[in-house]
Amino acid sequence: MLAKRIIPCLDVRDGKVVKGINFVGIKEVGDPVECAAEYDAQGADEIVFLDITATHEGRGTMLEVVRNTAKKVFVPLTVGGGIKNIDDFRETLRAGADKVSVNSSAVRNPDLIREAADIFGSQCVVVAIDAKRREDGGFTVVVNGGRIDMGIDAVEWAKKAEELGAGEILLTSMDTDGMKQGFDLELLNAVCSVVKIPVIASGGCGTLEHFSEVFEKTGASAALAASLFHYKELTVSEVKQHLREHNIPVR
Amino acid sequence: MIAIIDYGAGNIFSVKNALDFIGLDAKLTSDENEIRNADGIILPGVGAFPWAMTKLRESGLVEVIKEEAHKKPFLGICLGMQLLFDKGYEFEETDGLGLIHGTVEFMEEPDLSIPHIGWNKLVVQNDCPLLAGLSDEEYVYFVHSYKAHCDDKNISAYCEYGHKVPALVFDGNIYGAQFHPEKSGKTGLKILENFGGLI
Repeated sequence: MLAKRIIPCLDVRDGKVVKGINFVGIKEVGDPVECAAEYDAQGADEIVFLDITATHEGRGTMLEVVRNTAKKVFVPLTVGGGIKNIDDFRETLRAGADKVSVNSSAVRNPDLIREAADIFGSQCVVVAIDAKRREDGGFTVVVNGGRIDMGIDAVEWAKKAEELGAGEILLTSMDTDGMKQGFDLELLNAVCSVVKIPVIASGGCGTLEHFSEVFEKTGASAALAASLFHYKELTVSEVKQHLREHNIPVR
Repeated sequence: MIAIIDYGAGNIFSVKNALDFIGLDAKLTSDENEIRNADGIILPGVGAFPWAMTKLRESGLVEVIKEEAHKKPFLGICLGMQLLFDKGYEFEETDGLGLIHGTVEFMEEPDLSIPHIGWNKLVVQNDCPLLAGLSDEEYVYFVHSYKAHCDDKNISAYCEYGHKVPALVFDGNIYGAQFHPEKSGKTGLKILENFGGLI
């Protein structure tokens, strides 16, 4: 049986880990290679780098970060942010990433999922979905940090992503993100009930109980968190210990 | 020096990175003499069985590997492990290297997601030197859709995914890891270190 995974996520801009609230007042807070190595030492099952660089030069810097991380970190590494085409996939994988995550570019061009899966294999294609509640109770796909509503049903989109060859869904709830009130169980259940591929829960965790809750009440395979780990409110090892006490299989 | 066989398969740098990290002298190579002179050999690989065998044949490495594998510590990783068996059935029947008896077939698990991706627990069946110093609660990282069918005596450790999945196989000095030791954190590095220790 597979272990449930705990995945710290690092926002990287111009080769530095940055933190900010709602993209306002972003400040540099560390070296991504060192941060990733620290998470690895704590027992992280995977590391996610989210490149929030806007410039072309920044992409080269990000690839350098990936290359250096791959020399020190020996758990799977996922890189996302700004991946637009097959060349971006290839470059990122060659730099040492094990998986690449796509978000808005896949919404705009779903064939990118199929193409990437055909060339590199489903195992390295992660489709990131940012979802927000609609008034009718369903969920809609949003991009650009929640600013643009794509008018696509999030659950349907997850199903389609799987059909196109996605290996995993990284599901972020824009309603619970940053609130620290727990993961969006309703959204997770809606998506987990229609796909067989692993779903990574993201957005909303604030306490240890939120981690056991998401694995006890939904079919999520992994839970992702950024600030919580970054500001050392919790360590990965504390989360794992808590899950062990709840008889949830972890490594 | 450990020769990491470079036959055009992806993801071989991560094996080199891991060996560098633990201080084992290693070189990516497709050169026959370098492989023959190496103290140990690693056959990595990500991709499809028929494609990999074609690549090895085109590089003139099949006979070299078959001869050298019996002379020094040899480790196949993921697809490199699958290639050790007699035959593979990915898309079509393909002859493997025949270094360990058995076949490689698709994982028929209708209730589970295939590929089998993630951290799964090793269950030891026959202790082997690569597992030295490890506990009985070790998780390693898997990414694959096909699995080996072989004699229990050749299975050092397996994991449960629907059915039994051979994870670490061996025959004499020839070892095969279905999982990726280079992506399995401390446990994986320890297994690679143990392999280095056989040299």
